[in-house]
Amino acid sequence: MTLALQTEPRAQDGALWPDELYAALQRARVTQASYVPDAGHARLIQLLLADTAITTTVLTTEEEGIALAAGAWLGGERSAVLMQSSGVGNCINMLSLPVIGRFPLLILVTMRGEWGEFNPWQVPMGQATEAALRAVGVRVFRAETPEALLDIVPAAAVEVYEADQQIAVLIGQAIMGKKKW
Amino acid sequence: MKLDRRPVVAELLRGRGDLLVVTGLGSPSYDVHAAGDSEANYYLWGAMGSAALVGMGLAQARPERRVLVITGDGEQLMGLGGLATIAMAAPANLSVVVIDNGHFGETGMQTSHTGLGLKLDAVAAACGFAATGRATSMDEVTAIRDALHQPASGPRLYVVEVKAENLPRSLPPRDAVHIKNRFRAGLGLATA
Repeated sequence: MTLALQTEPRAQDGALWPDELYAALQRARVTQASYVPDAGHARLIQLLLADTAITTTVLTTEEEGIALAAGAWLGGERSAVLMQSSGVGNCINMLSLPVIGRFPLLILVTMRGEWGEFNPWQVPMGQATEAALRAVGVRVFRAETPEALLDIVPAAAVEVYEADQQIAVLIGQAIMGKKKW
Repeated sequence: MKLDRRPVVAELLRGRGDLLVVTGLGSPSYDVHAAGDSEANYYLWGAMGSAALVGMGLAQARPERRVLVITGDGEQLMGLGGLATIAMAAPANLSVVVIDNGHFGETGMQTSHTGLGLKLDAVAAACGFAATGRATSMDEVTAIRDALHQPASGPRLYVVEVKAENLPRSLPPRDAVHIKNRFRAGLGLATA
């Protein structure tokens, strides 16, 4: 099985969008990150792991990242959580913590089950992702192009870390392209 | 004869110094509150399974401080995978103490997995915690209390076996924003 990307995911200036996303997290002074892997996040994860100024944690399940982010904020650090859309379903009750405690929360969600999806098992949670997040009280921003994504993330980061918001940025599957099998 | 939970938690927190404390929902939150409210306590009232991970995020943000998570067996069982995550991240300033009554005390005292025989200290040891232990006497609780203030090479998890009983509740504030801001203010951080 190969997880390579079919498309060349480039932003306007020619840089890879995950690199730009990483730079946006650095500019937002994020110093903790956590993830359950997704092929769409592979490069961003690689960049975060290579950065000694950011403590990056691999999780067994996505809701752990929600708890970690709250703890990081208690101690004065900013945390971002990376997951794919299926992982959102694992987080729902844990999101009570940032919602009721008004803890800053930035989730970057790579979408599955919505565009060129080969695996039907990804469809139910992919289709439910946005509604589930909104239902529990997390705001949702959605990007369908790399350009839009790179506009949204810095704006979302301001709202999250300066205004104590809980925001998920959904990265449309069309941005990643079809998964190669 | 199993230990009484309130004296156990009071002993764990005796002379706590600059320990930062996160409590798991239910009786551990009441026990820690009964031992003395503090701005350095973050009490959870929900998000079951989160306590040890909240402690880890805090420990990573504050490497110069020691962080103690006090939680129950049911709460830690819901966050079992988190023990693997903590062991691999290996924050040396994080300790977890499970107040283990072998039951889900908040919901009618149904027997939990630990009541059926599961050993959370053995799970933590298998995950790779730097130190683990189990206390069945107050002398052993005191040994854990003393260890909490000593440097460690990685995360630690201790289990204290206590009686299954519902004591009069000692209720910490339920306003999660208030206790968050109080906690952050205690660390000199902005609160909004």
